[in-house]
Parts: sequence; structure tokens; C-alpha cells
Amino acid sequence: MIALYLVLLVPLLGMAFLASFGHRLRAGRVNVLICVFTFVLTLVLAVDVLIDGIITLPGKQFRVDAFNVYLIVLTGFVGMTTAIFSGPYMENERNHGRLNDTRLRLYHAMYQGFMLSMYLVLATNNMGILWVSMEGATLATVLLVSLYRTPESIEAAWKYFILCGVGIAQALFGTVLLYFAANQMGGLGDRALLWSVLYEHASQLNPTVMELAFVFLLVGYGTKIGLAPLHNWLPDAHSEGPTPMSAVLSGLLLNDALYAVVRCKMLVDGSVGSPLAGYLMMGFGLLSFLVAALFLHRQRDIKRLFSYSSIEHMGLMTFAFGMGGPLATFAALLHMTVHSLTKSAIFVTVGHAAQIARTQKIEHIRGLIKTQPVIGWGLTVGTLAIAGFPPFGVFTSEFLLLTATMHIHPWLTPLLLLGIGIAFAGLFRNLQPMVYGLAPQGQKAVKVNHWPIMAHLGLVLWLGLAIPGFLSDWFNQATNLIAGSFPQ
Amino acid sequence: MDWILAFLETVLFASLAPLLAGWIKWVKCRLQNRKAPSLVQPYRELAKLFRKQPVVADSASWLFEFAPYVVFASAVLSAAIVPFVAAHMPTSAIADIIVLVGFFALGRFFLALAGMDVGTAFGGMGSSREMTIASLAEPAMLMAVFTLAMSASTTNLSTAIDYVLNSGLVLRPSFIFALAGLLLVAVAETGRIPVDNPATHLELTMIHEAMILEYSGRHLAFIEWASQIRLMLYGVLIANIFLPWGIAHDFSPQEMGYGFLAIMAKLLVLGIILPVCETLFAKMRLFRVPEFLGFAYLLSLLGMLSHIILEVGN
Amino acid sequence: MDITQYTFYEQAILFIAALVVFTSFLMLAQRSLFGLIYVFAWQGLMVSMTTALSAYVTQFHHLYVSALITLVLKAILIPLMLHRLIIRLDIHREVETVLYPAYTMTAAAALVMFSYYVVLPIEQLSSLATRNTIAVSLAVVLLGMLLMISRRQAVTHVVGFMSIENGLFFAAVASTQGMPMVVELGIAFDVLVAAVLFGVFFFHIRSSIDSLDVDQLNRLSEVER
Repeated sequence: MIALYLVLLVPLLGMAFLASFGHRLRAGRVNVLICVFTFVLTLVLAVDVLIDGIITLPGKQFRVDAFNVYLIVLTGFVGMTTAIFSGPYMENERNHGRLNDTRLRLYHAMYQGFMLSMYLVLATNNMGILWVSMEGATLATVLLVSLYRTPESIEAAWKYFILCGVGIAQALFGTVLLYFAANQMGGLGDRALLWSVLYEHASQLNPTVMELAFVFLLVGYGTKIGLAPLHNWLPDAHSEGPTPMSAVLSGLLLNDALYAVVRCKMLVDGSVGSPLAGYLMMGFGLLSFLVAALFLHRQRDIKRLFSYSSIEHMGLMTFAFGMGGPLATFAALLHMTVHSLTKSAIFVTVGHAAQIARTQKIEHIRGLIKTQPVIGWGLTVGTLAIAGFPPFGVFTSEFLLLTATMHIHPWLTPLLLLGIGIAFAGLFRNLQPMVYGLAPQGQKAVKVNHWPIMAHLGLVLWLGLAIPGFLSDWFNQATNLIAGSFPQ
Repeated sequence: MDWILAFLETVLFASLAPLLAGWIKWVKCRLQNRKAPSLVQPYRELAKLFRKQPVVADSASWLFEFAPYVVFASAVLSAAIVPFVAAHMPTSAIADIIVLVGFFALGRFFLALAGMDVGTAFGGMGSSREMTIASLAEPAMLMAVFTLAMSASTTNLSTAIDYVLNSGLVLRPSFIFALAGLLLVAVAETGRIPVDNPATHLELTMIHEAMILEYSGRHLAFIEWASQIRLMLYGVLIANIFLPWGIAHDFSPQEMGYGFLAIMAKLLVLGIILPVCETLFAKMRLFRVPEFLGFAYLLSLLGMLSHIILEVGN
Repeated sequence: MDITQYTFYEQAILFIAALVVFTSFLMLAQRSLFGLIYVFAWQGLMVSMTTALSAYVTQFHHLYVSALITLVLKAILIPLMLHRLIIRLDIHREVETVLYPAYTMTAAAALVMFSYYVVLPIEQLSSLATRNTIAVSLAVVLLGMLLMISRRQAVTHVVGFMSIENGLFFAAVASTQGMPMVVELGIAFDVLVAAVLFGVFFFHIRSSIDSLDVDQLNRLSEVER
């Protein structure tokens, strides 16, 4: 219980500290230290949950169960490794004159602010606080997207701000409707917005209101997931912001938005007999998956390329959660983990690659493997992993998902296979020249801390080969929570 | 007996119309620090026109001479429909508010035809402008009227007045919006500032005056009188539907007396509000008029929507 | 329940709710930036007034606090801030062209009807006097979005955004007599921070494209050329 308090408190203090000292030379190190400390705390929290089961803080405003605890650990881990990567990266950016002290301070403070909002989103039990923290995440990151103050980055940040702001407003309307539905039962008072209370009484909630609420919630949080047709902000924000930001946006924010949708779906499924919520998620998920796979082929910017790949994978997960059933849900949970790990590793290597080539244009990034083998190999292996090659974890989860689809909706399987194929082609036709092409004259290696990449890809490989027992237990419990039964 | 009363009421209506026009002009002159003409000046002008011999253009057809009578007759007939001093006159029982709008349209139709009949440029231009405005004002007016009709579940004016009286003082958003919409329509339809200016003959801006430029003598008198009746009609309509308090319910002399005083007082107030607005606003360009009427339509539509959304229980 | 059966205060709530939609329409038609901000301030004032009135009618005292927050934030602080920003950015003489006003208004009316049909099943469940205003709140949200879609000025977009927030707050008041206090404070905090950030962004956009016309923010596109 103490760990949960601390997980929320440490980033808050970190934010305050870095807001005053974030421009100093060692601020990057302090940022890493804070993140490492938080990660350790999340591990302690995870052990607590493993031993005691569900942890609820007094007042029931915060609640950690099997579903969110593994996401909290994941958040801690990705936050930590990205912070390690961001230290030298940001130092390099400052040396190249793209940043000044004020902006560096802003960056460090908001990095912790973003982490805080992520922990809040995951740990809270109150659907209202969930919304507030989700909006807080937008506010924390919007100034980071425009950190470089180029016209493009300002445009991207404005788009991000407006689209996500308006989108998430729909989610607030959905939340109001949830509260309304709960109030219809009477006697709950302020507790009527607590997820656990709503879940307990789900069968008594009015189905019509819940369906309507879910439509608004899906549109709202779906904007944040990057579901088509509301995905426009995502590639822009990813490509124009600093690379560590792209890594945490892709690895954490999208996951957390999906987490919010799944929590809402659990409530709706409990109340509505109809599969409407599932079908909606399947539809939006499949659409985003296919749209993103096709758009992959038209990208000239390396970070945009991989952000479309993020949309594609988020679509796949949304589809899987929408389809429901233990197997698909298990696959989706696993996919959330491996995608988050792989994608943040890819963005880290991409950031270095862009620093080597001094540009993000794919046509000017050449011969990475000659200039700096670590980056070249990292990018290749990461892309192989994200494209779903065995023996990486993404393969496992996609394979499970395809199996589940074949059981439930066999006629959708070809569509999924086709999409995966198209995405694979889109990634590799761009990857090959970047890694193996002829390196331009005078291209030099940069200072790299390569262990975040190794750690992430190593974990993905491990998850692909064998899922450790405690993790599969978690996944099983979470699956049971979401889908109502254990996977076979 | 009832029919005689109804007839007398209509005559009273028609004969008071020039007085209202005189009153409005008087107030306006005082507001603009000018010396005001006498209140009975409109009567004198009408009498003068009736004495004069009408001059008709060579190219005019029978329609040109026929139109003033139709215009006047339709105005008087609409005056008979609208409850003036008392509700439940037999005339208001046989026709409802849609007929009233129809009478307005009839008069306007003939006036526009007559404007084009002679073949002068001004007449045609005036007709075209008048019809443009009318085509925008009529939907707004109908929408406002339907809002009332939906609240009262009737299109009959007397019954609607009863409904408003019976339900007491209710703060109805729909009525406020409909009233505002109807006020704007009234301004446009009676050719007042800021849509049209009845006092000038400036070729760039005139609408109503351009149509009747060729008329003279008693023809002009009938048309002028009809437009004064129209102005008063809108005033009575607005006053009696939205604020029906004081209207006579039976035909006893006492009730009728109070009813007469009440409507006179309401018209007196309206006759102050209108010139104040006219003094405050400048006439707008012709191309802005559609926007003005679009706004009127919007208000009426909002009235209708707020009735459906807010006022009806479901 | 027909309007005649409501008490005077409840009628007043309905009446001001209708005026709130009206202000949304006025914003759509408003050309000058100052006018837009004044109308927005009026909308905030009216939303706060309805909140205070429903607090009086239902005796939910926490609604007075919400009304006060709205009044300070939406009717005073944010309009004042935007007003000062406009003067500092020296764009107070700019007049925005409203493209296709007739179509915009028709679309707006259609949105009002749409929101009525969407929330009809909800209204039928509720027993509050304010239930009929739920449709109004959704309409304000949708009209705020329409304002953002139909205009190109960054300031107008912000006003549209804030107007959406007004609608959402109104929805909470109308359907459930306000959200729990923690949540409401959180939302107010978010709105305040968002307003400040928007102010920062005006200067950024201005320094990057030398205008606040967001249509000129067109360097990034789905498919790169």
C-alpha cells in the first residue's frame, strides 16, 4: 500500500524538483534516478499484488488489480529505459543548439509530469479522475511536441492539442452518462463513479444509457489510442517531438488509452446483453489496422513510418479486445506488452539513427550498419520483431490472435493476414536501404547507451520463447477479469 | 348581433390604423429632435389622395387598377380575423392564422404584379426585391406561428389566446424566441428601418416604395391605407398573442371598453418601441437583408426546437 | 411533464438553457473576435446561473461551488485572458469571414435535433426537473465542434473548445446534478491549464507562420510529397 502512495508521490516530487533544476548538467541523471526509483517501487507494488491480491487505498479512489498492475510495471520499465536513453540524447540535442536551458528544464519536468499522469490513469479507480489524468497527459506532452519550435513541430502540437482535446471531451460526456446510469440506481452518492462499484452493479445499469456512454467513451479515448479516422494527430506528434517523447507516447500513452477503453467495455459488457461494444471496437480496430498498414507505404519520414506502425498495432489490439473471449484477450494483453517494449526500443534506435544522419528523411539515412553496427542491428532486429517474425513476442501474440479469430470469426482471418503482410512489406522496403545502403561520406557514429535497446529486445525475445510463470499468471488473472474465464 | 360587432370592430381597426402610423411618426420626430406633424396628419393625407384624380400609365393593364382594391381588401379581411378588442368574434372562428398568412401573401402578390405591370424599371426592381424579402420572411413567420400553434395545440387565434390566458404567467423559452422572430419579420414585412425606409425614395435602397411609384390618387390612398393596416395588424398580433391580458371575453360594453383600453395601451407602447429601434439602427444594405431574415428564421426555429426539446414532457 | 407544471425557478432554468443554445448559435454567426469572446462570456454566465438555480431548486449545496467555479473560470477569467491576448497580439481589428453562413446555421439546427434524438432515451429515465436540458448540453458540445470546424482563426478554435467544455459541464449539471467534487475540481484545473497553454501557443503559432490562421498550418500531411 505504501508502494502505491510512493509510486504516485515520487513523480510528483520529481516534477517539482526538475521544474526548478531541470536545466543543470546532471538533470538527465536525476531524471534517470527518479525513474529507476519509481520502477523499483512499481516492482514492490507488483509483489504486493501477487501476494495480497487487489490493493485498494482507503476511500477507494485508487485500486490496483491484476489488469493494471502489469501495465504499471511496464510503465515504470519503459519510463526508466527511455529516461536512460534520453540523457545523452538530449545532451546531444543541446550541443547541436536545438535546445536551450529553459526548454531542457521544461522537458525534464514534463517528463515526470507525463509519468505521473500515466500512473494516475492506471491506478485510479474513479472514472472521473481517469478522464482528468488522461487530459493531464495531453497537457503535459503538448509543449514537448513543440519543444524544437520549428513550424512543423508547432503545427503538430496544435493538431495534437485540438484533436485530442476535442476527442477526449467526448469521453467526458460518456463519463457523465456513466455517472447518470449509476445514479439511476440511487444511494451511491459520490461512489457512483468508482469503477469497482460500477462493476459490482453492472447488471443493474441501464443498457441504453450504457451503450450510448460507450459510444462516446470509445470515440473519446479512441482518439488517444489513435484509431482511424481520428488518428491524424499521432504521426505528426510522434515525428515532430523529441524522440524520447515518441518512445513514451507510443509505448505508454496509447496503451493507457486502450486500457481506459477496455475498463469501460468491461462495465458495458456487464450491463448490456448485446455485443455492441465488442463490435464497435472490432470495427474501429480493423479499420485503423488496415488504414495504417496501407499508409505505411507512403511515408518518407522514419518516425512517421513507425508511428503508423503503432496505429496498426493499436488497431490490432483494439480488435482483439473487441472480439473478446479468453484467447483473444490474452493475446491482446501480451501484445500490449510486447508492442510497448518493441516500439519504444525502435524509437530509441530511430532517434540515434536520425542523429547519425542528421535528418529524419528516410532517403537520406543510409548505411547505418557500417557507420554504427549497434544501431543498424538494433533497427533491423526491432523491425523484424514488430513485423511479427518468430521467435519474438509479437509473433506469439499475433499467432494467438489469429488462432482466436479463426475460432470466432474465421472470415476475418484473411483480412488480418493480408494487413500483416502489407505492413511487413511497407516496413522492409524502407528498412533495407537504411541499414545496408551506402553510407554517405563523413557520416560519424554518435554516443549511444545501447543497453535500453538490448534490454527491451531481449525481453521481447524472452516473451516470445517462454512467458515466465508469474507473468502468465497475471495475464491469466487479467484475462479472467476482462473476458470472464481463463484461457485454455 | 355578433356579426355586427365583428363588422364594427373591423371598421374601428381600419380607421385607427392611420392614427397608429401618425403616432409612430410623432414619437420618431420627437426622438430625433424635430418638430412633429399632427397626429391626424395621415388622415389628412389619405383624404387628399382620395380627392385627387388617379393618373394611370398608357402601358398599364386592368391589373394595375385592380390591384389596389385587392391589396386593401386583403388587409381589411385580415384585420377582421385578428382578435382586436375581443376574442371569440365570429370572424376569428371561421379563419385561422394560416389564412391570415395567406391574406398577407395575396396582397403582396398583387402588389408585386402591379409593380411589374407598367413596365418601368423601378417597379420591376421593387417587385423583385419585395419578393426576395417575402420569400425569406414568410418561412420565418410561419415557423414562429407554428411554435405558438404547437404550444396551444391550435391554429385558431382566439383559442390560442385562451390557452395563453389559462396557463397563467409561464416563462416559455419558445414564446420568447417566437416573439423575437416575429418582431424581426414584422419589421421586414412592413418595410421599416433597418430593412426598408418608408420615408425616402432613394433608388438604390427603396423596396416597397419602388413598387408603388406609378400609383396616384385614390389607388395610392388604398395602398397606403392597406400598409398602415398591415403595420397595425402586426402590432395587434404580437400584443394580443404574447400578452393577451385585458382582452374582452364576452361582448358586454364594460368588457369591450376595458379590452379597447388595453389594446390601445399596448399599441401605444409598441408605437414607442418601434421608433426607438428605428432611431437607434441605421438602415442596412440590401445584401444584408437575407442575413437579417435568416436570423429571424433562426430565432423562430429555435423557438420551435426549444418547445419540443425543453417544454414538452416525454 | 409539461412546462406549465414546473415551478417558476424550474421554468427559469429551462429558459436560460434555451438562451445557452442561442449563444452557441450567436458564436457561429459572430465575425469579430471581441464579439465572439463577449458571447462566450455570456454563455459562461448563463451556464453558471442555471447551475446556481438548480442548486437552489434541488438543495444540492455543492452545486453552488460548481456555479462559482464556472462563473470565475468561464465567465470572467478565460474571457478576460483571451481579451488581453487579442490586444497583445494586435488582432482585435481582424474580422473573420464566415464561409457559408446559411449552411453552417442549417447544420447547427440539424445538430440540435440530432442531439435531441440521441439523448431522448436518457431523458425518459430521469426524474430531475433539468432532464430536458441534457439535449441542450449535448447540442452545445456539438455546436462548439461545428464552430471549430467552420473557422480558421486559432482564437476561435479556442473559444469553440471552451464552449465544448461549457456544454460538458452543463451536461453534468443537467443529468446528474454535477459530478463528484474531486472530479469537478480536476476538470476545472485541466481547463485552466489548457487555457494558459493555448495562450502560449498563440505566440508560438504567430512566430512560426506570422498569422493565427490555422489553415496555414499545412506542412504536415497524411501522405508526404
